[in-house]
Amino acid sequence: MIEYLNILGSEVYKILFLLLPILVSVAMVVWLDRRVWGLVQKRKGPNVVGPFGLLQTLADALKYIFKEIIIPASANKAVFILAPIVTMTLALVAWAVIPMSEKLVLSDINVGILYLFAVSSLGVYGIIMGGWASNSKYPFLGAIRSAAQMVSYEVSIGIIIINVLLCVGSLNLKDIVLAQKELWYVIPLFPMFVLFFISALAETNRPPFDLPEAEAELVAGYQTEYSGMMYAMFWLGEYANILLMCAMGSILFLGGWLPIIDIYPINLIPSPIWMILKILFLFFLFALIKAIVPRYRYDQLMRLGWKIFLPFSLIYLVLTASFLFYFDKLPKGNF
Amino acid sequence: MTLNRIFKTIFLVEFIKGLLMAIKEMFKKSKTINYPFEKGPVSPRMRGEHALRRYPNGEERCIACKLCEAVCPAQAITIESAERSDGSRKTTRYDIDMLKCIYCGLCQESCPVEAIVQGPNFEFATETREELYYNKEKLLDNGDRWESVLAKNIKLDKPYR
Repeated sequence: MIEYLNILGSEVYKILFLLLPILVSVAMVVWLDRRVWGLVQKRKGPNVVGPFGLLQTLADALKYIFKEIIIPASANKAVFILAPIVTMTLALVAWAVIPMSEKLVLSDINVGILYLFAVSSLGVYGIIMGGWASNSKYPFLGAIRSAAQMVSYEVSIGIIIINVLLCVGSLNLKDIVLAQKELWYVIPLFPMFVLFFISALAETNRPPFDLPEAEAELVAGYQTEYSGMMYAMFWLGEYANILLMCAMGSILFLGGWLPIIDIYPINLIPSPIWMILKILFLFFLFALIKAIVPRYRYDQLMRLGWKIFLPFSLIYLVLTASFLFYFDKLPKGNF
Repeated sequence: MTLNRIFKTIFLVEFIKGLLMAIKEMFKKSKTINYPFEKGPVSPRMRGEHALRRYPNGEERCIACKLCEAVCPAQAITIESAERSDGSRKTTRYDIDMLKCIYCGLCQESCPVEAIVQGPNFEFATETREELYYNKEKLLDNGDRWESVLAKNIKLDKPYR
C-alpha cells in the first residue's frame, strides 16, 4: 500500500513539475502575444500590472475566477460544462511527451509523435461540444467552421510530419531530435517547415485563419455563450495548444533542445533553455503574424488547405522519399 | 507579369516584406502615451471644465447680464441676480448642469467681461450625478484654482477672436 502511495506521490510530483511551468508560461505567453501585437501597432500594450505588465494575465485570470458562470437555459448543461474542461485537459495532456532535454521528459513513449497528433486532433471535440451545447446559432456556426478547418489542416500536417519521419525512421520524439544532430530539418525540408507553420496557424485558429472567432460575423464563435472561468479555460487551452504547436515545430524542424552550433561556449547553455528559446521564437512569429495579416475568407481557407497544401506536401513527400532511396540514405534503425 | 506574380505567390514575397516591416515598426517609438501618468498637449482653446473668473482685486467679473444663459443651446445655465448694496448688479445664483452642457463654448464667447470661461481641465469625472451640478461657489473656486492657466490661454487666443 505504502509502496503504491509512494509511486503515486512521485508521479503526481512529476506531473506538477510539468504542469505548473506550462500554466505559468501560458500566462506569460499571452502577455507576449498582446505586447507584440501592441508594439507592431505602435501602442504600448499591457504595461501596468507588475514589471512590464507581466502579471496582466494573472490579473485577468483572477477577474475571470470571480465572475459568474452563466449557463444558458436552453443549453445542454453537462456537455456545456464538459467542453472547456475537455479543451484544456487535452491541451495540457499532450505536453507529457514533449522532451525538454535528453532526460527531461515525463513519458518517453515510442510513438510520441502519433500521441501528439492524436491528442491535438481530439482538441476539435472540445470546440464542437462547446458550440453544439450552447444551443445558439453563432457558437454552432463557429464550431462547424472550426471543426472543418482543423480536420482539413490536420491532413496536411500529417503528411508534413511523414516527411520528417521518413528522414528519422522513428516515431519517438527524442530520436527525432537526436537525428538532427548534424543538420536541422529546417534546411533540407524548408518548404515543409513553412507549410507546417502555416498549418499550425490554421490548426490553432490563429489569424489569418481565425474564422471560428471572426467577431464581425460570428461574435466570438464557439466561445460566445461562455463566461467566467469556463471562458478562461477555453482561452488557456487555446494558448496551451499554440505553445504545443510551437514545441512540435521546434522538435520536428528546429532540432528541439540541440544548440545552434555544437561548439564550446554555446553548448554550455543547458538544453531546456534552447528548447524554450526555440518555442518562444516560433511563438513570436505567431504573434507577429497576428498583427500583420487580414483574415482569410472561408472558401479561400479550404482551397489553400486541400488544393495547395495537400498536393504540395504529397509531392514533396515523394521527392524526399526518392531522394533518400536514390542516395541510399533511408534510415536503417532497429525496427 | 504573371510569371512575376507566380514567383511572388510561391515565395511569399509580400508576406515576408510585411513581416520585416512589422519588425521594423516594433522598434519605433509608440504613438500612444501612458495616459494617467503622461498627458498629451492641450490647446489654449480647449473647451473643458467651466470656471468663473475674478478681477485681480478679488471682485467677481460676472455682471449677471445673462447672455450666457440666453445663448446656451442646452439650457444648462441658470442665473438669478440681485442689486448689491453698492449699486452693482451681481449674481446670487449661477448654476451649470455639467451633464446637460455640450461644451460648445458659446457661453465663453458671449461673455462681455470674460467671466465665464472653459478651462483646459477635462478630468472632472465624479462618482455621483449630484456632484456634477456645479453652483457659483464651485465655479468661482475653479476660477481661483486655474486662474494663471486661464489668463494665459485667453491671452494666447486673443489675436484669433
